[in-house]
Amino acid sequence: MADFQRTMPDAHPHLARRRGFWSYTRLDGILLLLILILCGFGLVVLYSASGGDMGYVIRQAVRMGAGLFVMTVFAQMRPQLFARWAPAMYVISLGLLLAVLLVGVGAKGAQRWIALPGFRFQPAEVVKLVLPLMVACYLANRPLPPSFRHIVISLVLIFVPVVLIMKQPDLGTSLLIAASGIFVLLLSGIYWRYIFGALAVAAAGLPGLWMVMKDYQKQRVLTFLDPESDPLGAGWNIIQSKAAIGSGGLEGKGWMLGTQSQLDFLPESHTDFIIAVLGEEMGMIGILALLLIYLLIISRGLVIAVKAQDSFGRLVAGSVTLTFFVYVFVNIGMVTGILPVVGVPLPLVSYGGTSIVTLMAGFGLLMSVQAHRQMITH
Amino acid sequence: MSAFDSLKDHTKEGRVFLARSVIAFMVVLLLLGILIGRLYFLQVVQHDQLAALSDDNRIQLQPVAPTRGLIYDRNGTLLADNRPSYSVTLLKEKVGDLEATLTELQRLIPITDRELTSFRKRLKQRRRPYETVPLRFRLTDDEIARIAVNYQRLPGVQVEADLIRYYPFGASLVHALGYVGRINEKELQRTDAKNYSGTHYIGKLGIERFYEPLLHGQVGYHKVETNARGRVMRVLEQTDPVPGEDIVLHLDIRLQQAAEKLVEGRRASIVAIDPKTGGILALVSNPGYDPNLFVTGISTKAYKALRESPDLPLFNRALRGQYPPGSTIKPMVALGVIDSGAVSPSHTVYDPGFYTLTHGGRRYRDWKRGGHGTVGLDMAIYQSCDVWFYDVANRTGVDIISDYLGRFGFGQVTSLDLPEALPGILPSKAWKRSTGRGSWFSGDTLNLSIGQGWMLTTPLQLATAAAVMANRGEWKQPRMLKGVMTHNQQRDPKVIDGSVVEISGLEGTSAVLPNVQLKNEEYWQRIIDAMVAVVHGPRGTARKVGRGLDFQIAGKTGTAQVVGIKQDAVYDAESLAERHRDHALFLAFAPADKPEIAVSVIVENGGGGSSTAAPIARDVIDAFMALKKLDADESLSTGEATDG
Repeated sequence: MADFQRTMPDAHPHLARRRGFWSYTRLDGILLLLILILCGFGLVVLYSASGGDMGYVIRQAVRMGAGLFVMTVFAQMRPQLFARWAPAMYVISLGLLLAVLLVGVGAKGAQRWIALPGFRFQPAEVVKLVLPLMVACYLANRPLPPSFRHIVISLVLIFVPVVLIMKQPDLGTSLLIAASGIFVLLLSGIYWRYIFGALAVAAAGLPGLWMVMKDYQKQRVLTFLDPESDPLGAGWNIIQSKAAIGSGGLEGKGWMLGTQSQLDFLPESHTDFIIAVLGEEMGMIGILALLLIYLLIISRGLVIAVKAQDSFGRLVAGSVTLTFFVYVFVNIGMVTGILPVVGVPLPLVSYGGTSIVTLMAGFGLLMSVQAHRQMITH
Repeated sequence: MSAFDSLKDHTKEGRVFLARSVIAFMVVLLLLGILIGRLYFLQVVQHDQLAALSDDNRIQLQPVAPTRGLIYDRNGTLLADNRPSYSVTLLKEKVGDLEATLTELQRLIPITDRELTSFRKRLKQRRRPYETVPLRFRLTDDEIARIAVNYQRLPGVQVEADLIRYYPFGASLVHALGYVGRINEKELQRTDAKNYSGTHYIGKLGIERFYEPLLHGQVGYHKVETNARGRVMRVLEQTDPVPGEDIVLHLDIRLQQAAEKLVEGRRASIVAIDPKTGGILALVSNPGYDPNLFVTGISTKAYKALRESPDLPLFNRALRGQYPPGSTIKPMVALGVIDSGAVSPSHTVYDPGFYTLTHGGRRYRDWKRGGHGTVGLDMAIYQSCDVWFYDVANRTGVDIISDYLGRFGFGQVTSLDLPEALPGILPSKAWKRSTGRGSWFSGDTLNLSIGQGWMLTTPLQLATAAAVMANRGEWKQPRMLKGVMTHNQQRDPKVIDGSVVEISGLEGTSAVLPNVQLKNEEYWQRIIDAMVAVVHGPRGTARKVGRGLDFQIAGKTGTAQVVGIKQDAVYDAESLAERHRDHALFLAFAPADKPEIAVSVIVENGGGGSSTAAPIARDVIDAFMALKKLDADESLSTGEATDG
């Protein structure tokens, strides 16, 4: 059946959807436009957050270009290609994660990188894409909603890499990756009783999670619960980011005029805490505008997912979209002080290399799903 | 699992997925709603509060220390100046790794272990938040440059400019002025925390300490914007500090230096007072030490050397040296015995060289072996006859003598602005009992009458007593402060009379004594005449210093025994070790008929008062008169210039 489908567009060109410019590029025009707006917005904020350092902006733009390239490449590939390669990629990823634990390099007490001659990369970033592909690939070939057995196997597929990443330790990334896998499960239509059951188990398991957390992770959670307890230490970040956002008010202090960010009071102002710069300088209006762009991207992603014509495409597109939202939510939640500080960048706005490319690759998957639909109706 | 079950129902899957996607989208909207609610809370509800927090962050009130008032002598010579000095300071809140920063700084500039130790001590002291802690003072230009180029790598490290006290006359004036030093924790608690928030130095001793409230001034503020590293980006607002008052002392630095020169190489003290005002013209305690060493902290080695020097340079002899006054108090004792009526002014005593209370009892020796023969009041003073005083003291009793001596300020601190001064000891029956020395014996009275035994006085007290005598009983509290200098529009300094300067909280630090009222005022002249005879009489003990004067000096010699001399022992100053030699004392005022200066001189182990102390006093008086003439000539010539 897969073979049949794959031959369809060429065998029956008249059955394909109306061909416009975008269908030649296999890029989704709406999504691309939204992404470019987001990137532009991000660069403007980054320019201010870096204290007017054009070097940061250029480096970030170069990464965005690289990401757009990867996105374009991914968009050209058929979803089935990803499905076919998913198991192999999954196994390789696990190997890389093990390698990180054994020979990885890192900073601040965590080993996250593999150093190759010339560059370093984070296997966890690869897993961000490979895991939803793997779970989607596994479930798409099974009857849905998945049986209990398939759910258990999916969970094993999810938690092996998650535990490996947690060991690095990188709690934020591991939770995001777990979320991307679980989104596949949720979207696959598993019964509500399983969902509620899992929630109950998770609630019971929280103390266990506390036990395996590293001291600095515990510190972050404690600081989140009471930032004032350590105002010059770990609580400093949250107090300063709240002061930055709150002092911005509705309209903000003006671009490049945020005292919190420009006078270095805001830590990590160009990376994880960049939303605070936006909130301070452009106020609530600026953040709402950003949230609107995110919401439009998510909406478009979900539309693509719903329109996809096979389970694999649907599950992958849905998971990638929802994971993207989790990034947004966790980052802003952390900076505004309603979530603990976990190192999650704000998608396409925070300065940083690997995450941009990964995100763009995810959009490439969405576009691939969107571009390779068939006009089969049932 | 049946074959049917394993078949995929694509339509159903699509429907389920749509349902789940819709739910997911709702959840997305809900979570976005939560974020927006949170933003609304922070940016609208808490906006004012967080804006204030943000302002607090960057805007800090930096106290600006007022410039300390200067100290001038009576002729406007600067005695205590402020000079710029640069120090490197650390802001603990902003220094990430303190040890690494210290190591790095040590690489850049020399920092001694002692400086590090005191830095750590200061770091532990109670500090205001964001208060910098100095590490090294008196940076050279080169060192400043080396730190400046490394600023970026050293968060929390600052080079601060400070005005620090400088005493141009160094050791000459330390015992007269005292000095300032860095505020310690105890002083921090004592001072007004707000007014001293920018101040690093405080008067530690002497005038600097006593007139701290005048000299300090009022703190000012800079409202500054700082970055997170505590570095000041710009000054938003400023309230200028009010500089401390410039004060003028009665002291004449020229006389001070002349007097100091006279006792060079000796352990000695000279105090000169203007009897008309009580103003202290010179206050010498030799040896002294350089107060500039103490301003930013003296090195252990240098301090140890000062502390362990046998000459006790740290010891303020003028104010705190308590010596037996010896015969110098005889004029006051004589005044007491005759004014009280206990003894007639014409009372004479035969002096065989000793005095016994009971026939064949202990012999109280006269300083002159063989005695003075028949002695009356005047001769008892100008010849300093001990036996006459033994006799009259025994007749008068301790109560009256002690009372009269007390009226001249002995046994209490009478100086207005020298709180370090010690009261000495004025023995009395009550004093002896209360200090557990038992009951008073007649022998104690005899010893008191010649300034030996229990009695102790300071050079300042002797000069004060001389001044009271010169004033014929009128008390002028001895004082350093002449007035406060105000600068009017024309920058024309004008000295406000010191007596109108009121400093709250300093009342009651000294005793204010009533004028000495005699029953018979004529006795003043009688005693003063006898004191003039000490210097100018043919047989006066200090007759050698009375020659070649166009005015008269009234004086009294004194020799205080350092070690008790055994009964019948032959006393030979030469054979005694230098440190066991007698202290030489002299008190004087001049001119006798219209006194302008009262002086006391004490030379430790100087031998005799007439041979050592009296010539010094004469030279001080000569110097004073010469300066007076010089000033008069000068004002005459400037007056002529103005007229012309």
